[in-house]
Amino acid sequence: MPKDNGIGASSKRREDVRFLTGAGRYTDDINIHGQAYAHFVRSDVAHGTINGIDASAAEAMPGVLKVFTATDFEGVGGIPCGWQVTDRHGEPMQEPKHPVLAEGKVRHVGDPIAVVVAESLGQARDAAEALEIDISELPAVMDMKDALTEGAAKVHDDLTSNLCYDWGFVEENREAVDDAINGAHHVTTLELRNNRLVANPMEPRVAVGDYSAADDEHTLYTTSQNPHVIRLLMGAFVLGIPEHKLRVVAPDVGGGFGAKIYHYAEEAFCTFAAKALRRPVKWTSSRSEAFMSDAHGRDHVTKIELAMDEQGKFLAIRTDTHANMGAYLSTFAPSIPTWLHGTLMAGNYTTPLIYVNVKAVFTNTVPVDAYRGAGRPEATFQLERVVDKAAREMGIDPIELRRRNFITEFPYATPVAVEYDTGDYNATMDKLLEISDHSGFEVRAAESKANGKLRGFGIAHYIEACGIAPSNLVGQLGARAGLYESATVRVNATGSISVFTGSHSHGQGHETTFAQVVAEMIGIDEGQVDIVHGDTSKTPMGMGTYGSRSLAVGGSAMVRATEKIINKARKIAAHLMEAAEADIELKDGQFTVAGTDKSVAWGDVTLAAYVPHNYPLEDIEPGLEETAFYDPANFTYPSGAYGCEVEVDPETGKVKVLGFAAADDFGNVVNPMIVEGQVQGGLAQGIGQALLENCAYDQDGQLISASYMDYAMPRADDLPMFTVDHSCVTPCTHNPLGVKGCGEAGAIGSPPALVNAVIDALQRGGHDVKHIDMPLSPDRVWTAMNG
Amino acid sequence: MYNFEFEKPGSVADAVAALGAEDAQALGGGQTLIPTLKQRLNQPSKLVSLSGIADMKGVSASGGMITIGGATTHATVAAEASAYPALAATAAHIGDPAVRNRGTIGGSLANNDPAACYPAALLGSGGSVKTDNRDIDADEYFQGMFSTALEEGEIITGVTFNIPEKANYQKFVQPASRFALVGVFVAKHADGVRVAITGASEDGVFRWSEAETALSSNFSAAALDGISVSADGMITDLHGTGAYRAHLLGILTKRAVAAAA
Amino acid sequence: MNKVSMTVNGKAVSGEVEGRTLLSSFLRDDINLTGTHVGCDTSQCGACVVHVDGEAVKSCTMLAAEADGAEVKTIEGMANADGSLSVIQQAFQDHHGLQCGFCTPGMVMSAAALLKENPQPSEQEVRTYLEGNICRCTGYHNIVKAIMAASGQDVSVIAAE
Repeated sequence: MPKDNGIGASSKRREDVRFLTGAGRYTDDINIHGQAYAHFVRSDVAHGTINGIDASAAEAMPGVLKVFTATDFEGVGGIPCGWQVTDRHGEPMQEPKHPVLAEGKVRHVGDPIAVVVAESLGQARDAAEALEIDISELPAVMDMKDALTEGAAKVHDDLTSNLCYDWGFVEENREAVDDAINGAHHVTTLELRNNRLVANPMEPRVAVGDYSAADDEHTLYTTSQNPHVIRLLMGAFVLGIPEHKLRVVAPDVGGGFGAKIYHYAEEAFCTFAAKALRRPVKWTSSRSEAFMSDAHGRDHVTKIELAMDEQGKFLAIRTDTHANMGAYLSTFAPSIPTWLHGTLMAGNYTTPLIYVNVKAVFTNTVPVDAYRGAGRPEATFQLERVVDKAAREMGIDPIELRRRNFITEFPYATPVAVEYDTGDYNATMDKLLEISDHSGFEVRAAESKANGKLRGFGIAHYIEACGIAPSNLVGQLGARAGLYESATVRVNATGSISVFTGSHSHGQGHETTFAQVVAEMIGIDEGQVDIVHGDTSKTPMGMGTYGSRSLAVGGSAMVRATEKIINKARKIAAHLMEAAEADIELKDGQFTVAGTDKSVAWGDVTLAAYVPHNYPLEDIEPGLEETAFYDPANFTYPSGAYGCEVEVDPETGKVKVLGFAAADDFGNVVNPMIVEGQVQGGLAQGIGQALLENCAYDQDGQLISASYMDYAMPRADDLPMFTVDHSCVTPCTHNPLGVKGCGEAGAIGSPPALVNAVIDALQRGGHDVKHIDMPLSPDRVWTAMNG
Repeated sequence: MYNFEFEKPGSVADAVAALGAEDAQALGGGQTLIPTLKQRLNQPSKLVSLSGIADMKGVSASGGMITIGGATTHATVAAEASAYPALAATAAHIGDPAVRNRGTIGGSLANNDPAACYPAALLGSGGSVKTDNRDIDADEYFQGMFSTALEEGEIITGVTFNIPEKANYQKFVQPASRFALVGVFVAKHADGVRVAITGASEDGVFRWSEAETALSSNFSAAALDGISVSADGMITDLHGTGAYRAHLLGILTKRAVAAAA
Repeated sequence: MNKVSMTVNGKAVSGEVEGRTLLSSFLRDDINLTGTHVGCDTSQCGACVVHVDGEAVKSCTMLAAEADGAEVKTIEGMANADGSLSVIQQAFQDHHGLQCGFCTPGMVMSAAALLKENPQPSEQEVRTYLEGNICRCTGYHNIVKAIMAASGQDVSVIAAE
């Protein structure tokens, strides 16, 4: 019998009721009496010098309160970067200023130059057209390799070049890797591009700033995955507002996928302008604006080499990557191509020597930062593509080649500085072959052939590092933040519980799963537990939700706080039953004295805590509320085997995804329904990257894919039903729930599986195509087949 | 959007009068016009909605022809143009269901988007565009991307299609916009075959005369073997090169011939 | 300014709107029905789908003035009279057909329009019908499942997990 309550139950999501009835409260649903509307005037050229801005006509337009430009932000800090990477030579990265509004130069299409605030949005937009902005266009820096050549135009005049950093990892291995590659039996080489993507949560970003002069308090309502991080970055580094005077609220948030982690200029602007104008100020992004102002993802150009011996044992891996930073450093941008990418280059394999070189480059494009998976999809894509290519070159079955190189003993320390605690990669591979009906593939392939179609099957086996931690380690690696999580468990007098978590839910269902965990620990109904998140005035300082960390880190904090609650409650129960504390057991919401029929209910204990008439006041305080901060000992390492089956129409090059199967090891699972949903959503984004999505610029820096007319979002009819399984379980060894994180896996493992499947189909059809860069549009596939 | 006046007349005559105002513009279903206005690419002083004119709605067939009112939605054509199944099927795949409930045939033809479906259907079928003051032959109507024979303020009140013996429309979608990356409408009439291509050419919808000649003497996919269109003048964009579009229109034409019913 | 009167979720409402006011803005800003969402500006995402005179339309691509005299139904009017979730809404919850919830109002409104037109759609028919509704969270798997379940079909056989 599946459980219907607590850990392991597919509890229906409580948040759904409000979302299904139109009662959700998203940031754009918030309207404060007297609010004014901000319209951002953005650069329509990629690179240029601002000669002057004349706002006088615009300020005279109806309804206009003020036009803001960079001069209004003198004395205000730039948008900070939260991670400093040290390069191969021990030098810190080049870190340009990122002003709230462009100072002197514009550096990408969409770079904000001025903001018109007016009584209505229509008036603000009308007035924006009366703004006179004189810009001299400069040559756009677009291609990363060109950007690094001598004499290239510079995105930032005050930096020595367009190179942010040249990172080597592990630098000490460099020569050993070169030697191993030079002496190997066979080296497979692959050059590829990991296409630039736009995260595209369906809710565009919104910010509403409010200021109360009476108590000098600022409030920012914003579409954020981590309100405390915004409060810290914006308060301390940009606006100089002490945290006790700044409240950041992220209410219902309509998806994030990374793009809503970062601190953006619009948040700082609305907070600043609300005080300047003594009016609430609201900004709502249009989708078109989102394409040129939300941080983008991926955009790596890589050459990877894999050296093998005669049996196909992996001897060494060498990679050379150019990673696009865009025009400025977004909050976590420097960490993505380095610590979230280089550390994963071992994958699931025992490769003893690895060297990763990453050159991060400034270009006249929108800043690039984490997007679902963040660095790990880039690592997995290179590795799983090169392994597939190697299998073909070596004449070894790609599944067999992977198995020959799988890590089988744990813990396993990779040559790229991480230690995998658990895993069973053969088990997930076996499970995949079972659930994808791999043995029936040849029959299906023959049917396709009879219909004039080419069928292919592709596999990828991924590993990811989630729940990024511990704080002291990431500090050494350059993080300017801690990466713990917090929880306060407040038990009310009648036994109901409010949990205040530093994690943030924007689709993940924390309100349901977190309640399941606490309810299970105490043995009460889930309905007794409420989860509160997203408001810095309510929750303890927390780091928010990204990197598949919420349950592994935030859930662990909640477990620790609940353990403290139970320990105290046990003391109270012991007192009430006049028994020794050591003899008290908690089960199904009842405290019992071991070996007796004496018991006291949870609600009686909690009532005693708040009505302490009969209470051990000499030993413990009244009340029942505890906070815990949890800083993990290590990352968690989910892994899994993904299989994709495609059919290619050889006449048009169109790829149809017929089936996608995912066998994941997420460790223990709290809510299977939600875990499956996370995987399905991740798969759709990964398939989107591999087949449809492409954020493209032209040579002049104009964004070509600037709306849904050209940026292909996956639709229902682009995708199949998915087959997902999480029955392979090797629990995480170092967190109390034994959980690993499931939010990004789908987006990490699916692109290489899909591309491998298409290459397989083409090869079976007699086309010697070795690689096609994503997205595998009909045009590209047909061109590769006929080129 | 810039602001504008809004008027919703009940008759063609009133609509024509309303459109006499300077910079007034007709509003069909608005499914293209409203997104364009949001981008502030267009600044009409007044929008004259045609959705309140009962005379401009509906589908009727007689004498080998089918006539659609200019303000008839794609959904209505899909549901009611049973006298011309290939036309109904074409309408059923324009945009998405909600767009089809608002978008109109008159609006689509007046806009003449180079990747729209109706231009291929009309040019492929042959027929005419009826306006408030004249009939324009399909072969005279389309004059390049977003360009038509319509005069300023002229309203499409109806569209007449010649119903062929057999026809089929093959749409290969651009994955983002879901417009046609290439669309091919093939119609076999008693007096010959017409082949109209949308989505491919920099000059907008066009008839592929070489294929028409070949198919008129032998209406089979095999008749197209060895015939191709030059990639010159074909659209190259993010979603496909000119060479790919030229190739694709050949494949789709064959498929349309094979599927024609 | 244009005077508009319409029935929204069974209630008569009226207001004064500019020519350029979209139906979605009228619903959200003028009568405070914020369940209808706006996720794009090119009429593609479908978060704004409502029913006008019984037909699904994108309320961000229709002028409020065009809806004068119409019967409009929004997500706020979809629950049963007693406030409980309707069959479609309940199926979305039962089958985890939503995550962040932002596209959900449009999905539910489109699903209702589909099932009115085609009470027992196949999986492919559901997918095709949802061409104008973009979801970034779910991968559509559970949305398709929910809609088919709401139509009374046994989804355990079509949807492997």
